[in-house]
Amino acid sequence: MTSDHHDERGVSRRKVLECMTWAGTGVLWTVAGGVPSSMGIIDEARAVAPSGLTFLQISDSHVGFDKPANPNALGTLEEALNKINALPVKPSFIIHTGDITHLSKPSEFDDADRVISQARLDVHYVPGEHDVLDEDVKLYRDRYGRGTKGAGWYSFDADGVHFVGLVNVVDLKAGGLGNLGNEQLEWLEGDLKGRPASTPIVVFAHIPLWSVYPAWGWGTEDAARALDYLKRFGSVTVLNGHIHQIMQKVEGNVTFHTARSTAFPQPAPGAAPSPGPMKVADDKLRSVLGITDVTFKRGQQRLAIIDQPLQR
Amino acid sequence: MRTIKSRSRVATAFGVVLLVAAATFAARSAPATDAEVDIDQFTFLPQRITVKAGTTVTWINEDDVPHTIVSSSKVFKSKALDTADKFSFTFTTPGTYDYFCSVHPHMTGAVVVEAASGSNAAQ
Repeated sequence: MTSDHHDERGVSRRKVLECMTWAGTGVLWTVAGGVPSSMGIIDEARAVAPSGLTFLQISDSHVGFDKPANPNALGTLEEALNKINALPVKPSFIIHTGDITHLSKPSEFDDADRVISQARLDVHYVPGEHDVLDEDVKLYRDRYGRGTKGAGWYSFDADGVHFVGLVNVVDLKAGGLGNLGNEQLEWLEGDLKGRPASTPIVVFAHIPLWSVYPAWGWGTEDAARALDYLKRFGSVTVLNGHIHQIMQKVEGNVTFHTARSTAFPQPAPGAAPSPGPMKVADDKLRSVLGITDVTFKRGQQRLAIIDQPLQR
Repeated sequence: MRTIKSRSRVATAFGVVLLVAAATFAARSAPATDAEVDIDQFTFLPQRITVKAGTTVTWINEDDVPHTIVSSSKVFKSKALDTADKFSFTFTTPGTYDYFCSVHPHMTGAVVVEAASGSNAAQ
């Protein structure tokens, strides 16, 4: 074996390790947390023959984004919708965890609506910080705010599961993180009051409700109070977006999960000077974008969460 | 830089008018040098800038994501700046102006404004 061979192998091994570090962050969390959820491709999802409630999470479509990290964010959202339409089991509804648009422009909201409506499913939205760039959050609220409180928080029930959509992207304080605010927290306390502890709860919001990486603003200032109201429930699943990568953590009965973006990836915490859009090789982009399939089976404490990349 | 150029052209034209009226006064009330803050990698650069009263500070967004410039004491507030967009504010009153990006509030900065009278009074 020549030294050239060693070099080649060294390089390719390094490359493989790089890919694993990047793609494997979420997987690693899963194993460490001991969560009985699988992350895989569409074939695995097919094998799971869901009998309970199935819904879908998409996040961070950033319609209007056209920079090198993905010059066509609307195109990859369309691919995500094609993926949803091809699912063997049609989900009951979609949850969109925010950053529908990149710049809160009416045309961007229009484009997003046009594409997402191709699923012909109900979509439950919460805003991301990119959806509330206009002064009074009028653009988002006019479209998605019907029947919601404050900047757009609300709850609903489906198949015995209680869903709570929270807004943690408005009225942010200098030097701080995501923010729920007193009014919303009081509403949440009242919303949960009187519900049996056996009710499975799904909370969804844009910015993670746990401290993923505060130095990049990846956390929510006053989430502890919300989690305090949730701790008596036997099954709590928290679905977030914002960080454009899969992360999972389990704390007692609470499972936290962040979804991939349909637009562009962001670096792992601290792996780059800033959390800005990350440019990957063109043929790798679709492997770091994706959708999330969530199935609730009666009698099981945790929901099965399956992340699917747009392309392997 | 383009802004600064056009601004000095305006200043020159203005100066000529003033020159006809009162040459010495025009020289004495020359505008303070303009300053620039770059927004790059989710950071205001420089994060803390000291300027003379009367200075116009211009922020330029070099990132691929939108940012805002919002004064903590509500003195100034920009719209969301897309890539390459700019926002300017002229600081006339001495003091320390803390500001942040309301989209990414972990981004903070400050403009320290010093009295401009000191250098002028020396003449």
